[in-house]
Amino acid sequence: MNKKDGNVGVTPGIAKISTRNVNVYYGDKQAINDVSIDVDRENVTAFIGPSGCGKSTFLRSLNRMNDTVAGARVEGQILLDGEDIYASGMDVVQLRARVGMVFQKPNPFPKSIYDNVAYGPRIHGLASGKAELDQIVESSLTRAGLWTEVKDRLSESGTALSGGQQQRLCIARAIAVDPEVILMDEPCSALDPIATARIEELIHDLRGKYAIIIVTHNMQQAARVSQRTAFFHLGHLIEFGETSDIFTNPREDRTKDYITGRYG
Amino acid sequence: MSNAMMDPTPTDWNGQIMQKRIARRYAAERRFKAMGFLAVSLSTLFLAFLLFTMLGQGLRGFQRTEIAVDFDFPALTAGATATAISGPNADAALNSMDIPGIVELAVGQQYGDISDGLLTTGAAGNVRQMLLDNPSLITSKQQLWLPVDSRLDVAFKRSGEPAAEQTVAALAQKDALRTGFNWTFLTGADATDPSAVGIWAAFKGSLMTMAITLMLAFPVGVLAALYLEEYASKNKLTDMIEVSINNLAAVPSIIFGLLGLAVFLSLFGMPRSSALVGGLTLALMTMPVIVIAGRNAVKSVPPSIREAALGIGASPVQVVFHHVLPLALPGILTGTIIGMARALGETAPLLMIGMRAFIPAAPEGFTDATTALPVQIYLWSDEVNKGFVEKTSAAIIVLLIFLLGMNALAIYLRNRFETRW
Repeated sequence: MNKKDGNVGVTPGIAKISTRNVNVYYGDKQAINDVSIDVDRENVTAFIGPSGCGKSTFLRSLNRMNDTVAGARVEGQILLDGEDIYASGMDVVQLRARVGMVFQKPNPFPKSIYDNVAYGPRIHGLASGKAELDQIVESSLTRAGLWTEVKDRLSESGTALSGGQQQRLCIARAIAVDPEVILMDEPCSALDPIATARIEELIHDLRGKYAIIIVTHNMQQAARVSQRTAFFHLGHLIEFGETSDIFTNPREDRTKDYITGRYG
Repeated sequence: MSNAMMDPTPTDWNGQIMQKRIARRYAAERRFKAMGFLAVSLSTLFLAFLLFTMLGQGLRGFQRTEIAVDFDFPALTAGATATAISGPNADAALNSMDIPGIVELAVGQQYGDISDGLLTTGAAGNVRQMLLDNPSLITSKQQLWLPVDSRLDVAFKRSGEPAAEQTVAALAQKDALRTGFNWTFLTGADATDPSAVGIWAAFKGSLMTMAITLMLAFPVGVLAALYLEEYASKNKLTDMIEVSINNLAAVPSIIFGLLGLAVFLSLFGMPRSSALVGGLTLALMTMPVIVIAGRNAVKSVPPSIREAALGIGASPVQVVFHHVLPLALPGILTGTIIGMARALGETAPLLMIGMRAFIPAAPEGFTDATTALPVQIYLWSDEVNKGFVEKTSAAIIVLLIFLLGMNALAIYLRNRFETRW
């Protein structure tokens, strides 16, 4: 019925991730309805929308994290560099290394800070020796803006850090495997304003190196960190475009109502 | 409640009804504390009672009564030399010497008409060992302390038969009796004479049985728990398996004994009464306990850790072995130790597979006939001879110490692997 729906997010040109007519179901319940969107690698893309609109579900289907949920089913095409990630030949483990993820609640491993960052490179064999691994750990922590704070206590437990530091550690952990895309699922919702500001700065710094998609409840945050914004509502992609356009001049009434606080 | 919400009159927090409610709340608090305290004291009391009776009875089992016997070795052995009974031929030389005869002669000379049945059956062996350890003894007159017969032992320690009491009184007057530490009890095996029995054979048997049980039940139980929690899809079949495992954990142990008898002994023809079969049988019994505890431990690992690992491209096996298992290990170990402790104290299934046999020597290997501590306790508790009473209690003390040692090890391991969050 929604022929129009399916084309909202389609923009010509080469996208990092493009989806075509994606439906996601949890059992009988349809969570995502015919979403087509092109995410490019140069910009930060924000997914906004009221609670339960399916933006996190959609995000998790981009690196097949939904595979672990019993009863979850994805229809349609999701292409990473033109390659269908739900094709039978796709290796999920490698896909998740290429499409990293940062979760809502900081979830460092109960291991040392060093081991947290080094875990990914270790299991993927990215470092040929101790020196190279040290190098990866340092550069990842530096890029995550955490190096100066933790360089003297790399052997301490990652869980001993503050919430904001833990989240930056998780970002460093994701960066360490050298992904192409980083998915962030409300990365600041468990953090205080100062820690949130640090993460936002960090997202700003990481822009361009990785394609970043961030799900957020906080519209100011979306306006601050992203260049492109997608508005989801009840499983549909309502509007997708330049962040400045979405916030100043939305085409759809539903977008306007949400942004102006009419609902959500 | 809804009435109060509609009612505009404010709540009277200091009113009589409120005060009554507060008093009731405090009373309930006090009642609960008192009952809790009572429950804890009662269990402590039972434990204290158990330890008190066991120690009171059992500590005597670690002691033995010894009698002084004078040996005029030069006369008794017709002038044997120290060199004759040392070196590689010592055993043969001592064997040719008829030591039991020498002991009998020496006791007869010293104690006359009461000498009959004065010493325990193992006394000649003790003398032999003393000579082997110190050959120079044989060149002179010696006074040796030898263990007495169990009737006299019982009579000397507390009250025995009237005849034995008389003998003991006569000997005590001559200062010929003393109490010594019973090394035989720690090093020996089962015997018909309670003063010659030892717990070592049963202890070693239990140790070997537990080793087999652990080696089989732990890996199989942990792998089953991990597979069921992390890999198996939730369907009718896994539900049925779960129910079966829960039921298996509740099956009376004697039925596992019958299973062991039918499968390991009759079907596979494994050696009867061996630690191998005992261990296998107890492993069957312990496995479900480990599976259940393991599943609960695996379940309690936060899903966020799994997601974190999956999110950077860890394979399911890497998630399980790098993250889930290390975090679940303390819980798994706790479950394992509960299962192992139960297996250690289990008697019934071992009786079924023939471990109730009389075993006069410690087992050398896993296929040798052996007994286990609880079975040994059961066997000794059934003996008519009064000397076995304290041996039974002493064996219980050894079993309890074994158990405490096992638990201590488990707690140590658990604390070592415990992750601080």
